[in-house]
Amino acid sequence: MIKKSKLRGEFFMQGDIACAEGAIAAGCRFFGGYPITPASEIAERMAYRLPLVDGAFIQYEDEIASMAGIIGASWAGAKPMTATSGPGISLMNENIGLGMMMETPCVVINVQRGSPSTGLPTSWGQADMMQARWGSHGDYGSISLSPNSPQEFFDLTIVAFNYAEKYRLPVFVVTDAVVGHMTEKVVIPPVEELDIIDRKYTNKKPADYRPYDPDDDLIPPFAKAGDGYRYHSTGLTHDERGYPVMSEECQRRCAKRLVDKIKKNADDIIITEEHDIEDADVVVVSYGISSRTVIPAMEKAKEKGVKVGFLRLVTVWPFPEKQIRELSKQIKGFVVVELNLGQVVLEVERCAAKHAETKLVGHPGGGMHKMDDIVNAILEVANEQ
Amino acid sequence: MKKIPQKVIHRYLRHDKKFPHVWCPGCGIGTILGDFLRAVYNIGIPKDEIVMVSGIGCSGRMPVYVDFNTLHTTHGRAIAFATGIKFSEPRLKVVVISGDGDAAAIGGNHLIHAARRNIDLTIIIINNSIYGMTGGQASPTTPLGDYATTAPFGSIEPEFDLCKLAESAGASFVARTTAYHTMEARQIFEAALNKKGCAVVETIAQCPVSYGKMNQQSSAIEMLKWQKENTVSIKSFDKLSPEKRQDKIVRGIIVDKDREEFTARYENLIKRLQKNESSKEKSKQQAGENQKKSKSKSKKEEKK
Repeated sequence: MIKKSKLRGEFFMQGDIACAEGAIAAGCRFFGGYPITPASEIAERMAYRLPLVDGAFIQYEDEIASMAGIIGASWAGAKPMTATSGPGISLMNENIGLGMMMETPCVVINVQRGSPSTGLPTSWGQADMMQARWGSHGDYGSISLSPNSPQEFFDLTIVAFNYAEKYRLPVFVVTDAVVGHMTEKVVIPPVEELDIIDRKYTNKKPADYRPYDPDDDLIPPFAKAGDGYRYHSTGLTHDERGYPVMSEECQRRCAKRLVDKIKKNADDIIITEEHDIEDADVVVVSYGISSRTVIPAMEKAKEKGVKVGFLRLVTVWPFPEKQIRELSKQIKGFVVVELNLGQVVLEVERCAAKHAETKLVGHPGGGMHKMDDIVNAILEVANEQ
Repeated sequence: MKKIPQKVIHRYLRHDKKFPHVWCPGCGIGTILGDFLRAVYNIGIPKDEIVMVSGIGCSGRMPVYVDFNTLHTTHGRAIAFATGIKFSEPRLKVVVISGDGDAAAIGGNHLIHAARRNIDLTIIIINNSIYGMTGGQASPTTPLGDYATTAPFGSIEPEFDLCKLAESAGASFVARTTAYHTMEARQIFEAALNKKGCAVVETIAQCPVSYGKMNQQSSAIEMLKWQKENTVSIKSFDKLSPEKRQDKIVRGIIVDKDREEFTARYENLIKRLQKNESSKEKSKQQAGENQKKSKSKSKKEEKK
């Protein structure tokens, strides 16, 4: 039996397990979930590990309860997580909105499968990308990270907790069944080498504390239930005291800050990986598992004389608008490789529209892109007049 | 019994929250809130330790007025939310305030699973037989044949018995009271708050504005009289003849049994696992020390 609060060393580890270990390393001590392929292994690992580190594991009656429950746990001071796949996210979306409105730190893992609806439960896809951004009703800024290996699933789960705590919102790690079920080398560093961020607690006296009064970074300091602050939090439009106010002015302040706190901190949140971008004519944009088919395709296109670069989106939301806009002025066009029929490509198109062309290499999921399709798309964009 | 000072409820209301409240004239929710606050006073639970969680609807607005840790969540999900709080921080006294739409319709699943787990929550369901906030639509507790805006020809759906539901799902405490029976309500709330386990209290309340006006009971007084005349305490109920029982709704503590509570069971699991672990480590250490000893012995022997 594994007792240590965090493992360390080198492991041959499945992606879903790496995610659970990343969560524990980040300080996650509450997991509420519901079984679903291909994310169940995360719940199973948490069920096994959490009691040994004084954490709480609960298998809820459905995904709606799971999402509600982790928000509740966060208000009691825990760092909580849930993990599911597309159908589960669809059920969670109302409470994801509640988490956004109440500004509750928590992490939501989506191991994507083929979709829509029940789709391909045991197979993969990347067609929940727009759902991750816009799934719940209303305006809010949101964060989604997309790992492409078990190692990165471990690393980004920690980053997701850090962002959730720092910016006070549910943060998504949006991966897919390949990464979730793939077993690869995972290196878990010693705990003191990890950067762990905890939420900012208020240092005000209860009488002076206003729960939704933000600091300059637009984030209100937190106080948990039971610490003497006795305040109100609600999904209704609320003022700085947390009390419902049904006015246009309050709505503007309340909703706008939820959008602005992510927009204005985007540079801190966005992580991308660049390959050979400096003198490229064509830049491939991809993320998650489909990004792993890009590198060999790039090599092949280079053999044919094309100057091609690669921008991998580790953070998909907030979208790296600035980076795409700047690149679009230097290059002929973008090729977007994703396992859906055109989602993130819309964002690239929007940002590149004035200066560069955008071409989609889509795929409905359940399989991978053929390398030649990517190569041909690169050549087409490169050779266009 | 401790004498309750007048205006004791003022000690538990938020004075920076602007009144008037959202509830209509004649509504039963305020009376029930008063009974609940007096129960809290009587038991003497510190305000800091109480977390009140609600969903959506008229009853869902209660938390904003009271000086506890209060959370107003999504429709039907208060119990799931509260489960997260309680399971994460078992020292807190977590109370769920819910309406009949919240607990019996959209959140019915969470109610039965909280009862099945027997998690230590005090779940107060204020049953006014209607969706009041949205203007009088039929709920799962609207009596068969009664009128609602979505049952203009009378409801054709039989109503839920929430106490039977909670009992059969495993709640260790189940009770029913009304807005009319304020003394009884307070005592029942006290017993529910003191219970270690899932405590479900159905509280019948009048909604003269949305329910009454469609069902020939347009005044709160008339509806309170109805509560008095059509309900009977569990003791008196047992004495009634089977014919007389048929039209009566039972009040009082229906279930009060000891069943292991969920967070306590989990804590026991943690203790058991960690005990096993430390005894394993001890035996490992001992084995290691024995090895060392035998090694050093052999070294000594070599030296010799």
